[in-house]
Amino acid sequence: MNSGGKVHMELGLQVDDSRSPYTVLAVKGEVDVYSAPRLREKLVELVSEGHRQIVADLEGVDFLDSTGLGVLVGGLKRLRSHDGDLTLVCTQPRILKVFEITGLTTVFRISGSVDEATGGN
Amino acid sequence: MEMSLELSVPPRAEYIAVVRLVVSSLAIARRALADDRIDDLKLAVSEACTNAIEANRGTGGDAPVVVSCWEAPERFEVCVADSGLGFDPEGLPAHPPVTDPDRLNFERGLGIPLIRSLVDDVRFDSGPEGTAVWMTLFGGPEQESGDETSEILRVVISEQD
Repeated sequence: MNSGGKVHMELGLQVDDSRSPYTVLAVKGEVDVYSAPRLREKLVELVSEGHRQIVADLEGVDFLDSTGLGVLVGGLKRLRSHDGDLTLVCTQPRILKVFEITGLTTVFRISGSVDEATGGN
Repeated sequence: MEMSLELSVPPRAEYIAVVRLVVSSLAIARRALADDRIDDLKLAVSEACTNAIEANRGTGGDAPVVVSCWEAPERFEVCVADSGLGFDPEGLPAHPPVTDPDRLNFERGLGIPLIRSLVDDVRFDSGPEGTAVWMTLFGGPEQESGDETSEILRVVISEQD
Protein backbone atom coordinates (compact mmCIF):
# COMPACT_ATOMS: atom_id res chain seq x y z
CA MET A 1 0.00 0.00 0.00
CA ASN A 2 1.17 3.48 -0.68
CA SER A 3 0.41 6.65 1.19
CA GLY A 4 2.39 9.83 1.03
CA GLY A 5 5.17 8.10 -0.90
CA LYS A 6 6.04 5.75 1.95
CA VAL A 7 6.12 2.01 1.60
CA HIS A 8 3.69 0.46 4.05
CA MET A 9 3.49 -3.21 4.66
CA GLU A 10 0.10 -4.13 5.94
CA LEU A 11 -0.12 -7.39 7.76
CA GLY A 12 -3.37 -9.25 7.14
CA LEU A 13 -4.76 -10.78 10.33
CA GLN A 14 -8.07 -12.59 9.98
CA VAL A 15 -9.72 -14.48 12.82
CA ASP A 16 -12.05 -17.43 12.23
CA ASP A 17 -13.62 -18.82 15.41
CA SER A 18 -16.14 -21.08 13.67
CA ARG A 19 -14.01 -24.19 14.29
CA SER A 20 -14.48 -24.52 18.04
CA PRO A 21 -12.48 -25.22 20.14
CA TYR A 22 -9.95 -23.90 17.64
CA THR A 23 -9.44 -20.30 16.65
CA VAL A 24 -7.78 -19.84 13.29
CA LEU A 25 -5.65 -16.74 12.78
CA ALA A 26 -4.79 -16.33 9.10
CA VAL A 27 -1.65 -14.21 8.69
CA LYS A 28 -0.95 -12.55 5.34
CA GLY A 29 2.00 -10.51 4.17
CA GLU A 30 5.53 -9.95 5.44
CA VAL A 31 6.31 -10.45 9.11
CA ASP A 32 9.35 -8.46 10.16
CA VAL A 33 10.35 -6.05 12.93
CA TYR A 34 7.97 -3.45 11.48
CA SER A 35 4.86 -5.61 11.24
CA ALA A 36 5.47 -8.21 13.98
CA PRO A 37 4.13 -6.01 16.82
CA ARG A 38 0.66 -6.22 15.25
CA LEU A 39 0.85 -10.00 15.23
CA ARG A 40 1.95 -9.95 18.87
CA GLU A 41 -0.95 -7.65 19.81
CA LYS A 42 -3.44 -9.90 18.04
CA LEU A 43 -2.16 -13.03 19.79
CA VAL A 44 -2.23 -11.28 23.18
CA GLU A 45 -5.77 -10.06 22.45
CA LEU A 46 -6.98 -13.54 21.49
CA VAL A 47 -5.50 -15.12 24.62
CA SER A 48 -6.99 -12.42 26.84
CA GLU A 49 -10.38 -13.06 25.21
CA GLY A 50 -10.11 -16.66 26.32
CA HIS A 51 -9.01 -18.36 23.09
CA ARG A 52 -6.78 -21.27 24.06
CA GLN A 53 -6.31 -23.43 20.95
CA ILE A 54 -4.97 -21.07 18.34
CA VAL A 55 -4.00 -22.15 14.84
CA ALA A 56 -1.80 -19.62 13.05
CA ASP A 57 -2.23 -20.13 9.33
CA LEU A 58 1.03 -18.95 7.75
CA GLU A 59 0.21 -19.98 4.18
CA GLY A 60 -0.26 -16.34 3.18
CA VAL A 61 3.05 -15.23 4.70
CA ASP A 62 5.60 -14.13 2.09
CA PHE A 63 8.42 -13.40 4.48
CA LEU A 64 9.15 -14.22 8.13
CA ASP A 65 12.18 -13.07 10.09
CA SER A 66 13.51 -13.69 13.59
CA THR A 67 11.20 -11.05 15.08
CA GLY A 68 8.24 -12.97 13.67
CA LEU A 69 9.65 -16.19 15.09
CA GLY A 70 10.04 -14.46 18.45
CA VAL A 71 6.40 -13.36 18.43
CA LEU A 72 5.23 -16.90 17.62
CA VAL A 73 7.44 -18.34 20.39
CA GLY A 74 6.00 -15.71 22.77
CA GLY A 75 2.47 -16.67 21.71
CA LEU A 76 3.18 -20.35 22.27
CA LYS A 77 4.60 -19.66 25.72
CA ARG A 78 1.62 -17.51 26.64
CA LEU A 79 -0.86 -20.15 25.49
CA ARG A 80 0.95 -23.03 27.18
CA SER A 81 0.91 -21.12 30.46
CA HIS A 82 -2.90 -21.11 30.07
CA ASP A 83 -3.02 -24.83 29.16
CA GLY A 84 -3.51 -23.93 25.55
CA ASP A 85 -1.46 -24.40 22.41
CA LEU A 86 -0.39 -22.63 19.26
CA THR A 87 -0.31 -24.75 16.12
CA LEU A 88 1.15 -23.49 12.87
CA VAL A 89 -0.07 -24.22 9.35
CA CYS A 90 2.80 -23.95 6.90
CA THR A 91 3.83 -25.81 3.77
CA GLN A 92 5.95 -23.15 2.05
CA PRO A 93 9.58 -24.33 1.92
CA ARG A 94 10.96 -20.80 2.28
CA ILE A 95 9.07 -20.25 5.55
CA LEU A 96 9.58 -23.80 6.87
CA LYS A 97 13.30 -23.37 6.33
CA VAL A 98 13.38 -20.55 8.91
CA PHE A 99 11.82 -22.85 11.52
CA GLU A 100 14.14 -25.67 10.56
CA ILE A 101 17.41 -23.79 10.83
CA THR A 102 16.43 -22.32 14.20
CA GLY A 103 15.36 -25.74 15.50
CA LEU A 104 11.83 -24.49 16.15
CA THR A 105 10.20 -27.30 14.15
CA THR A 106 10.59 -29.38 17.29
CA VAL A 107 8.95 -26.74 19.47
CA PHE A 108 5.84 -26.08 17.38
CA ARG A 109 3.29 -28.47 16.00
CA ILE A 110 3.32 -27.67 12.28
CA SER A 111 0.41 -28.87 10.14
CA GLY A 112 -0.05 -29.10 6.40
CA SER A 113 -3.52 -27.52 6.38
CA VAL A 114 -6.02 -25.75 8.60
CA ASP A 115 -8.29 -28.81 8.38
CA GLU A 116 -5.50 -31.05 9.63
CA ALA A 117 -4.65 -28.62 12.45
CA THR A 118 -8.25 -28.42 13.61
CA GLY A 119 -8.83 -32.15 13.39
CA GLY A 120 -11.19 -31.89 10.42
CA ASN A 121 -10.90 -33.44 6.99
CA MET B 1 35.25 -6.54 -6.17
CA GLU B 2 33.08 -3.72 -7.39
CA MET B 3 30.41 -1.83 -5.51
CA SER B 4 27.18 -1.82 -7.47
CA LEU B 5 24.78 -0.17 -5.05
CA GLU B 6 24.76 1.94 -1.93
CA LEU B 7 21.62 2.71 0.00
CA SER B 8 21.34 4.98 2.98
CA VAL B 9 18.11 4.60 4.94
CA PRO B 10 16.74 6.20 8.10
CA PRO B 11 16.98 3.93 11.16
CA ARG B 12 13.32 3.01 11.08
CA ALA B 13 11.78 -0.43 10.82
CA GLU B 14 9.50 0.51 7.91
CA TYR B 15 12.55 0.88 5.64
CA ILE B 16 13.74 -2.70 6.03
CA ALA B 17 11.17 -3.92 3.49
CA VAL B 18 12.57 -1.41 0.99
CA VAL B 19 16.15 -2.59 1.55
CA ARG B 20 15.05 -6.22 1.15
CA LEU B 21 13.29 -5.42 -2.08
CA VAL B 22 16.13 -3.37 -3.60
CA VAL B 23 18.96 -5.74 -2.67
CA SER B 24 17.10 -8.85 -3.82
CA SER B 25 16.02 -7.13 -7.04
CA LEU B 26 19.65 -6.29 -7.80
CA ALA B 27 20.77 -9.87 -7.18
CA ILE B 28 17.96 -11.15 -9.43
CA ALA B 29 18.63 -8.61 -12.18
CA ARG B 30 22.34 -9.44 -12.23
CA ARG B 31 21.61 -13.18 -12.06
CA ALA B 32 24.09 -13.13 -9.21
CA LEU B 33 22.54 -15.98 -7.25
CA ALA B 34 20.41 -19.06 -7.75
CA ASP B 35 16.71 -18.51 -7.05
CA ASP B 36 16.65 -20.34 -3.74
CA ARG B 37 19.52 -18.23 -2.44
CA ILE B 38 17.57 -15.03 -3.03
CA ASP B 39 15.37 -15.94 -0.04
CA ASP B 40 18.49 -16.51 2.06
CA LEU B 41 19.83 -13.13 0.97
CA LYS B 42 16.56 -11.35 1.79
CA LEU B 43 16.36 -12.82 5.26
CA ALA B 44 20.04 -12.26 6.10
CA VAL B 45 19.90 -8.63 4.93
CA SER B 46 16.71 -8.10 6.87
CA GLU B 47 18.21 -9.49 10.08
CA ALA B 48 21.34 -7.36 9.70
CA CYS B 49 19.21 -4.23 9.09
CA THR B 50 17.04 -4.98 12.12
CA ASN B 51 20.17 -5.11 14.30
CA ALA B 52 21.68 -2.02 12.65
CA ILE B 53 18.54 0.03 13.23
CA GLU B 54 18.43 -1.02 16.84
CA ALA B 55 22.13 -0.14 17.23
CA ASN B 56 21.68 3.33 15.74
CA ARG B 57 18.62 4.05 17.82
CA GLY B 58 20.56 2.88 20.88
CA THR B 59 22.79 5.91 20.50
CA GLY B 60 19.75 8.19 20.62
CA GLY B 61 20.65 9.61 17.22
CA ASP B 62 19.09 9.36 13.80
CA ALA B 63 22.17 8.24 11.84
CA PRO B 64 21.29 6.30 8.69
CA VAL B 65 21.96 2.63 8.12
CA VAL B 66 24.16 2.20 5.06
CA VAL B 67 23.71 -0.88 2.90
CA SER B 68 26.13 -1.58 0.05
CA CYS B 69 26.24 -4.41 -2.46
CA TRP B 70 29.45 -5.66 -3.99
CA GLU B 71 29.81 -7.96 -6.95
CA ALA B 72 32.55 -10.18 -8.24
CA PRO B 73 32.40 -13.24 -10.45
CA GLU B 74 30.45 -15.95 -8.63
CA ARG B 75 29.99 -13.96 -5.44
CA PHE B 76 27.59 -11.36 -4.13
CA GLU B 77 28.49 -9.44 -1.03
CA VAL B 78 26.31 -7.15 1.09
CA CYS B 79 27.54 -4.86 3.82
CA VAL B 80 25.15 -3.42 6.41
CA ALA B 81 26.77 -0.67 8.46
CA ASP B 82 25.52 1.18 11.52
CA SER B 83 26.95 3.89 13.77
CA GLY B 84 26.03 2.17 17.01
CA LEU B 85 28.19 1.35 19.99
CA GLY B 86 29.44 -1.97 18.65
CA PHE B 87 29.19 -5.45 20.14
CA ASP B 88 31.16 -8.64 20.51
CA PRO B 89 29.73 -11.16 18.03
CA GLU B 90 31.50 -13.99 19.89
CA GLY B 91 30.07 -12.92 23.24
CA LEU B 92 26.43 -13.64 22.44
CA PRO B 93 24.62 -15.93 24.88
CA ALA B 94 24.05 -19.42 23.55
CA HIS B 95 20.47 -20.61 23.30
CA PRO B 96 19.49 -23.69 25.28
CA PRO B 97 18.82 -26.76 23.13
CA VAL B 98 15.37 -26.83 21.60
CA THR B 99 14.36 -29.75 23.82
CA ASP B 100 14.98 -27.63 26.94
CA PRO B 101 11.77 -26.03 28.30
CA ASP B 102 13.83 -22.85 28.86
CA ARG B 103 14.19 -22.55 25.09
CA LEU B 104 10.83 -20.78 25.05
CA ASN B 105 12.34 -17.95 27.08
CA PHE B 106 14.48 -16.95 24.13
CA GLU B 107 12.25 -14.86 21.93
CA ARG B 108 15.12 -12.69 20.78
CA GLY B 109 18.70 -13.15 19.71
CA LEU B 110 17.93 -15.42 16.77
CA GLY B 111 19.06 -12.87 14.19
CA ILE B 112 22.81 -13.47 14.20
CA PRO B 113 22.56 -17.28 14.34
CA LEU B 114 20.17 -17.01 11.39
CA ILE B 115 22.60 -14.85 9.41
CA ARG B 116 25.39 -17.33 10.11
CA SER B 117 23.23 -20.19 8.78
CA LEU B 118 21.95 -18.38 5.71
CA VAL B 119 25.05 -16.92 4.11
CA ASP B 120 28.28 -18.62 3.04
CA ASP B 121 30.51 -16.23 4.92
CA VAL B 122 29.89 -13.48 7.45
CA ARG B 123 32.28 -11.04 9.06
CA PHE B 124 31.50 -8.56 11.82
CA ASP B 125 33.71 -5.48 11.96
CA SER B 126 32.58 -3.95 15.21
CA GLY B 127 33.97 -1.17 17.31
CA PRO B 128 32.86 1.88 19.28
CA GLU B 129 32.24 3.76 16.00
CA GLY B 130 29.78 1.20 14.72
CA THR B 131 29.39 -2.23 13.22
CA ALA B 132 29.68 -3.40 9.64
CA VAL B 133 28.27 -6.83 8.84
CA TRP B 134 29.76 -8.28 5.67
CA MET B 135 27.75 -11.14 4.21
CA THR B 136 28.92 -13.18 1.24
CA LEU B 137 26.89 -15.55 -0.87
CA PHE B 138 28.68 -17.61 -3.49
CA GLY B 139 27.46 -18.86 -6.79
CA GLY B 140 25.66 -17.68 -9.88
CA PRO B 141 22.26 -18.85 -11.07
CA GLU B 142 21.75 -22.56 -11.56
CA GLN B 143 23.44 -23.72 -14.73
CA GLU B 144 21.40 -25.30 -17.48
CA SER B 145 24.33 -27.42 -18.59
CA GLY B 146 23.42 -30.15 -16.11
CA ASP B 147 26.72 -29.74 -14.31
CA GLU B 148 26.36 -31.72 -11.10
CA THR B 149 28.93 -29.65 -9.25
CA SER B 150 27.23 -26.62 -7.78
CA GLU B 151 28.64 -23.18 -8.24
CA ILE B 152 29.14 -22.93 -4.51
CA LEU B 153 31.09 -26.16 -4.31
CA ARG B 154 33.28 -25.14 -7.24
CA VAL B 155 34.16 -21.84 -5.58
CA VAL B 156 34.92 -23.57 -2.29
CA ILE B 157 37.12 -26.11 -4.02
CA SER B 158 38.95 -23.47 -6.04
CA GLU B 159 39.58 -21.42 -2.90
CA GLN B 160 41.23 -24.36 -1.20
CA ASP B 161 43.75 -24.79 -3.99
